[in-house]
Amino acid sequence: MKWVEVIVSFILTLSFLSFPSCGFQSDELLVDDEEFGLEGAPQHRSPEPIPTRSPPVTSPTRKRHSDLDSDSKIQFSLDHAFGDSDFSPAGTFSARLKTWSHGGQTLTKLRFSRNNFSDVEKEKFKNLLESDDFYRIRLPSNVLSPPGRDFIISSVKARCLPRESLDEHFVIHMEGVNVLAVNYGSPGSCPYPRNLKLPAKWSFSSHTVLKNSEQAPRAPVFTEEILGGENAEGEVVQPAERSFWAKYWMYLIPLGLIVMNAVTQAMNMPEEQATGQVPAQGQPSAGAVQRGPSSAVRRR
Amino acid sequence: MAIMSFIFVFFFFSSLQPILSLYEDQVGLMDWHQQYIGKVKQAVFHTHKTGRKRVVASTEQNIIATLDLRRGEIFWRHVLGPNDVVDGIDIALGKYVITLSSGGSILRAWNLPDGQMVWESSLHGPKHSKPLLLTRNLIIEKDNVLIVFSNGRLNAVSCIDGEVLWKKDFEEESLEVQQVIQPPGSGFIYVLGFAASSQFEMYKINAKNGELLKHESTAFSGRFTGEVSLVSSETVVALDSTGSILLTISFHNGKISSQQTPVSNLLEDSPGLAVIIHPSVTGIFAIKTDAATIFIRVIGEGKLEVVEKTNHETVVSDALSISEGQQAFALVQHAGSSIHLTVKPAHDWDSNLLKESIKMDQQRGFVHKVFINNYIRTDRSHGFRALIVMEDHSLLLLQQGAIVWSREDGLASIIDVTTSELPVEKAGVSVAKVELNLFEWLKGHVLKLKGTLMLATPEDIAAIQHMRLKSSEKSKMTRDHNGFRKLLIALTRAGKLFGLHTGDGRIVWSHLLQSLHKSESCRQPIVLNLYQWQVPHHHALDENPSVLVVGRCGPSSDALGVLSLVDSYTGKEFSSLSLVHSVAQVIPLPYTDSTEQRLHLLIDADKHAHLYPKTPEAIDSFQSEFSNVYWYSVDDDNGIIKGYALKTKCSSNVADEFCFDSRELWSIVLPSESEKIITTATRKLNEAVHTQAKLIADQDVMYKYISSNLLFVATVAPKASGEIGSVTPEESWLVVYLIDTVTGRVLHRMTHHGSQGPVQAVLSENWVVYHYFNLRAHRYEMSVIEIYDQSRADNKDVWKLVVGNHNLTSPVSSYSRAEVITKSQSYFFTHSLKAIAVTLTVKGITSKQLLIGTIGDQVLALDKRFLDPRRSVNPTQAEREEGIIPLTDSLPIIPQSYITHSLRVEGLQSIITVAAKLESTTLVFAHGLDLFFTHYAPSRTYDSLTEDFSYALLLITIVVLVAAIFVTWILSQRKELQDRWR
Repeated sequence: MKWVEVIVSFILTLSFLSFPSCGFQSDELLVDDEEFGLEGAPQHRSPEPIPTRSPPVTSPTRKRHSDLDSDSKIQFSLDHAFGDSDFSPAGTFSARLKTWSHGGQTLTKLRFSRNNFSDVEKEKFKNLLESDDFYRIRLPSNVLSPPGRDFIISSVKARCLPRESLDEHFVIHMEGVNVLAVNYGSPGSCPYPRNLKLPAKWSFSSHTVLKNSEQAPRAPVFTEEILGGENAEGEVVQPAERSFWAKYWMYLIPLGLIVMNAVTQAMNMPEEQATGQVPAQGQPSAGAVQRGPSSAVRRR
Repeated sequence: MAIMSFIFVFFFFSSLQPILSLYEDQVGLMDWHQQYIGKVKQAVFHTHKTGRKRVVASTEQNIIATLDLRRGEIFWRHVLGPNDVVDGIDIALGKYVITLSSGGSILRAWNLPDGQMVWESSLHGPKHSKPLLLTRNLIIEKDNVLIVFSNGRLNAVSCIDGEVLWKKDFEEESLEVQQVIQPPGSGFIYVLGFAASSQFEMYKINAKNGELLKHESTAFSGRFTGEVSLVSSETVVALDSTGSILLTISFHNGKISSQQTPVSNLLEDSPGLAVIIHPSVTGIFAIKTDAATIFIRVIGEGKLEVVEKTNHETVVSDALSISEGQQAFALVQHAGSSIHLTVKPAHDWDSNLLKESIKMDQQRGFVHKVFINNYIRTDRSHGFRALIVMEDHSLLLLQQGAIVWSREDGLASIIDVTTSELPVEKAGVSVAKVELNLFEWLKGHVLKLKGTLMLATPEDIAAIQHMRLKSSEKSKMTRDHNGFRKLLIALTRAGKLFGLHTGDGRIVWSHLLQSLHKSESCRQPIVLNLYQWQVPHHHALDENPSVLVVGRCGPSSDALGVLSLVDSYTGKEFSSLSLVHSVAQVIPLPYTDSTEQRLHLLIDADKHAHLYPKTPEAIDSFQSEFSNVYWYSVDDDNGIIKGYALKTKCSSNVADEFCFDSRELWSIVLPSESEKIITTATRKLNEAVHTQAKLIADQDVMYKYISSNLLFVATVAPKASGEIGSVTPEESWLVVYLIDTVTGRVLHRMTHHGSQGPVQAVLSENWVVYHYFNLRAHRYEMSVIEIYDQSRADNKDVWKLVVGNHNLTSPVSSYSRAEVITKSQSYFFTHSLKAIAVTLTVKGITSKQLLIGTIGDQVLALDKRFLDPRRSVNPTQAEREEGIIPLTDSLPIIPQSYITHSLRVEGLQSIITVAAKLESTTLVFAHGLDLFFTHYAPSRTYDSLTEDFSYALLLITIVVLVAAIFVTWILSQRKELQDRWR
């Protein structure tokens, strides 16, 4: 029975939609409202970040497909230099270039294949290690038309790299198809007195991360509504109920002291009365002993 | 409940406020304010009427000001803004100051006594041209009229209401109008100019209605330089573009006749390129060559005669009509340490109306401009006074052979400021001018005591206030315990160095730098920066600190550099160097040699590094740190940031062991189509950070990422680099970066969509605060980014710390992978900003406040806690105790927290903070056209007694207490005795 109702309502809705002439038809010109966005409006621009500037889309394993977006494979090379030598090819980055429906392009599924050091390069690298010199790398600043405007250079003290093998870590900051900067170095720390240490294995273990710009947090917007609602519902957080002791300790301690004082006074009183009748030249009583030092202080 | 929370919030805010406010009677105790107008371009005297005598001046800083002619004080002034350049000023109707500005398109009239604007009219025309303002007593139908030529159009404007009575266009494309003349008493106007640089054009216009009466033109073979000198109402003199032929053109009765005279005919030796300096004196003009100034008289029809040739630096004033048909002009010449002021009548060169010699301070340089004015002496003869503008931009009034007053208007264009400690007080040497004796000291305190006990009469209160303001303690020339007394060393655009005392702002010394003076080897010297060269600590008693002034010869960045070393106590230049390389960057290194001279690395345009001072000792100490020196350069135009390290000794130069080659270590290339660098900010080198750990609410700890190599960069879309509102929010964005400048790693990168510059930023400790415009919200915003080090985050366990199993003491290396987390938050802010700074204290314990230079030229203090990214709508109890303020969408502007209180620092450029020795206090110096200095305690002066603390009251209390003790002691003894006798 229920599905009949559903169908009826569905048909009704359809009929309303397909015969708009039966209802009121606004002749208002629909202007693309930036703030709210009209559904169905052509080329709707959301206030959300446009995907070229989306939060880090990095991991090469991430799978995301869209029928609208076309993919193509691209490659760009990594060059390296030992100290002040010239740059020579050291590896290749390959990635999928995703073209979004609005024209933006981003890289995904970045993979890196590193060439192993040749013997000559090994020698050079050893020299670098001995002289604590820089190992430099460079990337094109535009992956579509390398090298773009200029190369992106980064360098690290060679002694930071060797561990078991040669460990390296790339963070590539991208903006669309442009490489802005690359953070290159060891994946962990590289404490300052850099000790000379040769790697056990002359092979690279590389980690690459692709980073796009983050979206900045917006300024909080408070409207009357939120404040009013909050007040009406009394959502103000109550301060946690504290124990009696926590609340009144500052009164209780002096009170305790006064009581203790009174008790000691009360205990001393009978004795003092008792000793008071004894002549002053007699044995010093507890009260006299108590008074003794204080009078001594006074006389000093 | 709502009321409860409201009350809570109210009390919370009210508890914040008293930190910032200032009582009325405290104004002027710690702060001083000085007003300047800048380098005077044109001056007009107003002395005709009885009443206060004034001079109206327009300056290169686009200020209109009237000064008191007796004392040189400012009556009123208006700052017209950077794009509203003043082209001409005059006084009309004896009560209005007329100004023509913005390339001749805005004409304004200001009321002379109070500076109120009377009217303003905008004059537009067909094309851009040289603006000319002419005010003669031209009367059309009982209406005083101003004749203005601007933008290719001649306008007649009514003086009363600024209405344009008639206008006449000169649309001819190549016409350059040079002079507009209205011969006295005639009803027409001559417009003179050149067409296509080789044709002399003369238009005769009816002054009543702008009708063109006559147009004549003559072609010449040569080309003109443009400058024309008017010798009489019907003759002009011009120079051709080679500077070697003088043209005398007369247009008597509308007929143009001309005569050419080669300059070499007048002078025996070939003078080189000559320039006409244009005194508008009848019958006489002057040309200036490299070597000399030549005065030439025009006799009759185009005949020229040299009347005087002088090799001294000579400045000529405009002509001044002193009586019916008689004109006079002034000449100022330098001779040794004095200047000669000569006033001559226009018709007779050989006689002098006035000849005076005035002793002039060498530190003022040459005379640049002179303006004269006449008055009637007591013996009915003519007296003259002259206003002169000196090379250091100072303004002086000369009368009766003496300097009546002087203004140091060079201080209106400060380029750089540094501070220096004052001399240590030596035993037996009294440096203070007025040392108070004991009696006066006691008297002062008794007065204060009366004030505290409310017994003081109004006279006493006035005396107390006077005493507080004029306290000699403030202005002594020695160091004090609290570090309040210092020397502010300011470098001005004119190349003059000023030493200002922080106590009262007086000029202790001033020195015009000789090495940065115009000379044969250095034709266009430009001063760049100021650095602390030597700060003696160990030898503080016998050595003076010194500062380094860096300049260069010429506007381009590859011009050769000049260094100058100046003693901070005396202002004397004790050494100067003309460099053989350019100066692109100066890096003060954190190393000093045995005489405590700081090592400086100068980077030239070819990226070579030069070490200074050039001593073997310096190179020895530098050699050990050689591999740890890194620097970076920011190329704003190309959007490239590069990092460098030192490589080897210079290969190209001949055995210069102080020169090093550099190598490029890293580069960041910003895509030119989407990003343009607009602002960078770094940490202050001398900033102290008290602790790296930050305790947060739940007894947790976060470690601040503190690196002195942090660079903040802000970029905007190239389209959006213009004015606010020139682009839509969709096509503008702001990207901010935090970059480590040793390795070039981008630590944080963040985009603000729909935002636009200008960006003002300040970086301190582990946070950066920046200000920009949000196009979507139509408001200014301020954002904060705080950056925390995660690599130390696991050092929270007490046992780890006890056992020593932690990495807190290991040195930090930039080559370690930075594990940082950032927190950020944005808030709306009402004002637009001119400058932003942060308070600086000696140990960095005191909480920070931001000092914001608002658009209204005031300095506003804003607690950093308002810009905490951890603010939330409902902070927990623990967070509240920590001091986290409930989240609001905009930053509050508390009226009491303006540290400039009621004053304005006109044309505010920058705010400089210096730490005093007292931890709670920071010294704030704000400069623009005006100077403002004050002490500021962000968390109140918790570590010292306030200045109005009554020592006398304390003393009396102690005496009374001691007396009471004695009395009670005696009484008790007596009582005890009585007890015992009983």
